[in-house]
Amino acid sequence: MIAYVMGVLPFLWQGLLVTLTVSALVVASSLVTGILCGIGLVYGRWWIAWPIRIYSDILRGTPLIVLIFLIIYGLPLLGVDFGNYGSAVIALTAFKTAHVAEIARGAIQSIHFGQTDAGKAIGLTFRQRLQYVILPQAVRRFLPPWINAVADAVKGSALVSLAGIVDLTLAVQQVIGRTYDPLPMYLLGAAMYFIINYSLSLTSRRLEARFAYIRE
Amino acid sequence: MPQSLVQIRGLKKSFGSLRVLDGIDLDVAKGEAVCVIGPSGSGKTTLLRCINLLEPYDQGSIKVDGTEIGYEEGGSTRKRRSERALAPIRADIGMVFQLFNLFPHLTALENVMLGLTKVRGISKAEAKDRAGHWLNRVGLSDKLQSLPSQLSGGQQQRVGIARAVAMGPKVLLLDEITSALDPELVGEVLSVVQGLARDGMTMIVVTHEMTFARDVGSRIIFMDEGRVVIDGPSRDVLANASQNERLKSFLARIEMKH
Ligand SMILES: Nc1ncnc2c1ncn2[C@@H]1O[C@H](COP(=O)(O)OP(=O)(O)OP(=O)(O)O)[C@@H](O)[C@H]1O
Ligand SMILES: [Mg+2]
Repeated sequence: MIAYVMGVLPFLWQGLLVTLTVSALVVASSLVTGILCGIGLVYGRWWIAWPIRIYSDILRGTPLIVLIFLIIYGLPLLGVDFGNYGSAVIALTAFKTAHVAEIARGAIQSIHFGQTDAGKAIGLTFRQRLQYVILPQAVRRFLPPWINAVADAVKGSALVSLAGIVDLTLAVQQVIGRTYDPLPMYLLGAAMYFIINYSLSLTSRRLEARFAYIRE
Repeated sequence: MPQSLVQIRGLKKSFGSLRVLDGIDLDVAKGEAVCVIGPSGSGKTTLLRCINLLEPYDQGSIKVDGTEIGYEEGGSTRKRRSERALAPIRADIGMVFQLFNLFPHLTALENVMLGLTKVRGISKAEAKDRAGHWLNRVGLSDKLQSLPSQLSGGQQQRVGIARAVAMGPKVLLLDEITSALDPELVGEVLSVVQGLARDGMTMIVVTHEMTFARDVGSRIIFMDEGRVVIDGPSRDVLANASQNERLKSFLARIEMKH
């Protein structure tokens, strides 16, 4: 049994790396796009805020798997083809962006308007107020739901296996396809996902403690 | 007559259909401390927020040191200055808030330093010196590294004053800065303001503290329903209060509260 597990580990390891890479790409890019969209939702004029609002509502109402297939099979019809891997990452990022935007919007709006007044009164520009006053305070509200969203992204990345990308989930399934012994492999796969997400939630708690000093 | 530092003419401002400022005229000379009193809802806060460009105004003019602050001059149409153009104008007009509005993630020292380094472009080291100087001046030299949440209300408001004054504003606006404080903390804050007035800081002070208005302000403005109803030397205004029904009833109500 041990020899058997040792034998498939390198293969699973490859899958795990794919899962981690896809997750990291999605988390990093959606962090940037999501925060920008969140800022646009709060401060943008209607012609900025409305499109983001509509985008966010539609994306959050669409099943992720539909979105992935839509981009994999839909975009090539328009003459754009990022391949399965690229399309899957784009779909996951587009989806996550909508969620991060809502988290950022909530975090920013939780900051009392007196903070904006005070920043204006000492002559800070809009960018400076965001950078030095609003965002550093919003971080505390942003982190806990965002870490949850990251964990969701890791789990959601399993859907790329349906597009034929050999991530942890597909690697597990392929091993099972050869051994016809599903239980130990699924347990092993589940354990790996658990370890990733458990370390995320530990990080989350540490970060929360780190920012707890910011009180109104 | 020398030009006033702050010159307001025909200032009008509405929130929806509610006319909050209904043609304000006001002149404040350099070095003068003017106290603004008036019943709740008379537009005192809105007046200060217009002067610091936290609220746009609909009609009329506000000049500080000869410059129209909110709108570009010349041309036939009123054009509100861009957010970028407003920032340096606001930096020259200090404001202290009723609820302090300190930055909770920054220490007392950092609260005062932020505008100095980011807006005035002063080096960190010098900003630290200046911020330390002003915090010392308001009696907080032992609280430089404290976060706002670690300070009493009176101490927080003194940081708020230091933050505004350190910018070297042409005029300082104070909006009921003691009304959120426990009574025993009011004195320490008012004495700081008194010191600034003695040093010749130009101030517009909205207050419900009548003794303060009499002792600090050279002049009292009584506002009601968005207009300046009375404008005169403090002693005269208070001595002749019985001649104006609205001022009389306003003062009577204040007495009751204290
Ligand atoms: N942002 C706003 N939107 C709508 N109405 C407002 C707004 N700010 C103030 N008002 C209204 O404008 C009027 C004047 O308000 P303002 O705060 O200037 O009065 P005030 O003299 O400072 O009163 P107080 O002594 O209670 O502080 C009030 O009727 C108030 O409800
Ligand atoms: Mg008020």
